[in-house]
Amino acid sequence: MTADPKTVLTGPHFMDGNHAACEGAIAAGANFAAGYPITPSTEIVERFAMRAPLVGATFLQMEDELASSIAILGAAWGGAKAFTVTSGPGFSLMMEHIGYAAMTETPSVFVNVQRGGPSTGLPTLPAQGDMMQARWGSHGDYEIIALSPSSPQECFDLMVDAFNFAEQYRNPVIVLMDESVGHMTEKVVIPAASQIELFPHRYTRRAAADYLPFQPWPDGIPEFARAGDGYRFHVTGLTHNEHGYPAINAPQQQELVGRLVGKIRNHAEAIARAEECRLEDAQIVLVAYGITSRVALRAMQMAREERIPAGLLRPIVVWPFPEKRIRELAARARAFIVVEMNYGQMVREVERAAAGRCKTILMPHAGGAVHRPEAILDIIREAAQ
Amino acid sequence: MSAPTAMNPVEPLLRSERMPHIWCPGCGIGTTVNCFARALERSKLPLDRVALVSGIGCTGRVAGYVHLDSFHTTHGRAIPFATGLKLARPEMTVVVYSGDGDLIAIGGNHFIHAARRNVDLKVICVNNFIYGMTGGQVAPTTPLGATATTAPYGAFERPFNLPFLAESSGAVYVARWTAYHVQHIAHAMAEALQKKGFCFIEILAPCPTLYQRRNRLGDGLETMRYYKQHSVIRNGASTRDLDLGFQSEITVGKFVDIERPTLQQTMEAAYRQALQQRYAGWRA
Repeated sequence: MTADPKTVLTGPHFMDGNHAACEGAIAAGANFAAGYPITPSTEIVERFAMRAPLVGATFLQMEDELASSIAILGAAWGGAKAFTVTSGPGFSLMMEHIGYAAMTETPSVFVNVQRGGPSTGLPTLPAQGDMMQARWGSHGDYEIIALSPSSPQECFDLMVDAFNFAEQYRNPVIVLMDESVGHMTEKVVIPAASQIELFPHRYTRRAAADYLPFQPWPDGIPEFARAGDGYRFHVTGLTHNEHGYPAINAPQQQELVGRLVGKIRNHAEAIARAEECRLEDAQIVLVAYGITSRVALRAMQMAREERIPAGLLRPIVVWPFPEKRIRELAARARAFIVVEMNYGQMVREVERAAAGRCKTILMPHAGGAVHRPEAILDIIREAAQ
Repeated sequence: MSAPTAMNPVEPLLRSERMPHIWCPGCGIGTTVNCFARALERSKLPLDRVALVSGIGCTGRVAGYVHLDSFHTTHGRAIPFATGLKLARPEMTVVVYSGDGDLIAIGGNHFIHAARRNVDLKVICVNNFIYGMTGGQVAPTTPLGATATTAPYGAFERPFNLPFLAESSGAVYVARWTAYHVQHIAHAMAEALQKKGFCFIEILAPCPTLYQRRNRLGDGLETMRYYKQHSVIRNGASTRDLDLGFQSEITVGKFVDIERPTLQQTMEAAYRQALQQRYAGWRA
C-alpha cells in the first residue's frame, strides 16, 4: 500500500521541521489529530488544522493534553490513523495515555518537540531532556518505539515511519524532535506518493464469532478490528485476557505484559536504525542524536583533520536502543563520547551496552543552545591521548 | 425435571459469560444497566453501531458487561476518548457511562467542554455521592454534612448541581432520575439515544456498602424507599433549583430538551462555507 497522491505535496520545499512533520503525518495517511497549543510544537497542529479539511482529515483542539492524548486513541479505535503533538509539560500530562495505548495496543503517534525543562523551563529553546521520559514515563512495564530526527527532511520521513511502526507493532510510537530541528528551515523533498510505502491497519478477516481481539499471531501482535464493524469487542486498560476481558491475576499479568514487552524486544533488530559515519577505523566513537548529532559531526570532522580516528554513530531509532551495535563497537573502540543536550540520559544506555569494554564519556549540556563543536573537539583530543 | 426457562429480554445486550458482576448487593448500577438494555432494545438501533465508553470506578465497569463495542478507558477521560471515536465513526451512536467522581471530578473539564462543543454523546452519570471502588471517599457530589472516609467529620464543600452544570455548559438534553424510577430512566435513555447532541442523564443510585452504611441510612431497599417518598417529578423545572442536600427532597424529571447544532454540524458548516468545493469531507 502506498500513500494517497491527493494528499501528498510531492516536490521540493523550503520548510521547517514542524511543518515537515505535519506533511509526513498526512503522507502517512493520518486523518485525525487532536492537540493543545504548546511552544515549540504548535506549528504542527496549526498546519494540520489548515490542511485537514482539504485532505479528508479531522483536527480538534482539545481542552488539555490529557484530552488530546486520549481523543486520538478513541479515533484510532474508530479506524483513524491518529496523532497528537506536544512539548515539555504537555508531554508529562500525556504519560498516562502512552501507557493506555501500550496496554490496549492502540496504534498511535505522539510527537514531542523537546524544549528545556524541568517544569516550564525554556519554552522556546531546545533540549533533549525527555529521552528517558519517553521510554519510562508511564507507570508499569511496557516497551516503546521512539525516533529522533535531525533535520526537517527527517521530520517528514520519520513521521511516515512512525505511523508504519505504530500499525505494524500496534504500539504507541514517539517522535522525539527538539526545538532546533522543529524550527530549522531547510530543503525538504517530498517523494511521489507511489514512493511512500504505508503499513496498513492489521484488520482481521475473521468472522466476529471467531475473533478474539487480543489473541496474538506468532509474531506476538493481535489482529485489529475497529468499532462499528460488528465485532462488538471489549477494550480495557486493566490486565486482560485474549477476549479483552479483565483478568486480574499474576499468570495473566505475566502472559500479557510478557507479550507486550516481547513484541518489541523480539523485533528490536528489525526496528533498529542508525546512521554511521567513519566508524570503520574509529577509535573514538561519538554517539549523538537529533540536532546534537549535527554539531557532533562537525567536531568529528575537525578531529579527522587532526588525524584523530573519530567516528559518529547517530541512532535514528532511539528506542529500542541500538545496544547490539554499541556492543560491537565497544569491542574495538577506545572510547565512546556521548554528546547530548541533557545531564546524561542515553549515556546510561551506551555505558550499559559497552559493559566496561571501553570508556564512556558524557558531554552534557543543560539545553537552551547546542554544544560548541570546539568544546566537543577538546574532549575528543583528551580521549585520544 | 428442569423448569422451563425463558430468556431474559435484555440478555442479548449483556455479556452473560462475565456474570456474576462485581457490584455489591443493593447497588444501583446494575438497575441502570437493565434500564439501558431496555432503552437500547426500544431504540431499535443496530447494536453493531452503538459503542459504550466508560471511565474508571464502579460505574466504569459497565463497559465490560454490555455486548457492544465497549471501552474501559482511563480515569476521567471517557468523554475525550468518546469524542475521538465519534469523530472517526460519525455513523455510530456513542454512549458514555460513568460515575460522578469520574465524570465530574477528575473528568469535569472534559465534561463541560464536550457539552460546550455539543459533541453528539449520550452521557449517563450514575451518581452515588461517593467514590465507591476506592472505598467511600468524598466526591464533588457528596451532600453537605454527609460523611465519607476522607470527610470523617462531614463534607464541608458545596456539591455540584449536575443538571445545572450540564445545561449551563451547553447540553441539549438534561434529565435526572433515581434508581427507583426504572421506567423513567429507560424512557430518558431511549429519548437520548434518538437525539442528536450532548445529552446528559443523572441517575441517583445507592451505594449501600459505603455511602448509606457510613451515613446510617440503611440498605439498598431503604434507599429505594427514600427515593420513592422524597422524589418529586418536576419536568421542565429550572436547573438552578436542583441542588441536593443531605437526605433532602429530590427533584427529578426532564429539564432540558432543546435543539442546537452538534460539533460535527458546526465543523462541517464552517469548512463548507470557507472552502466550498475544496472541502474534502471526512474520509474514513
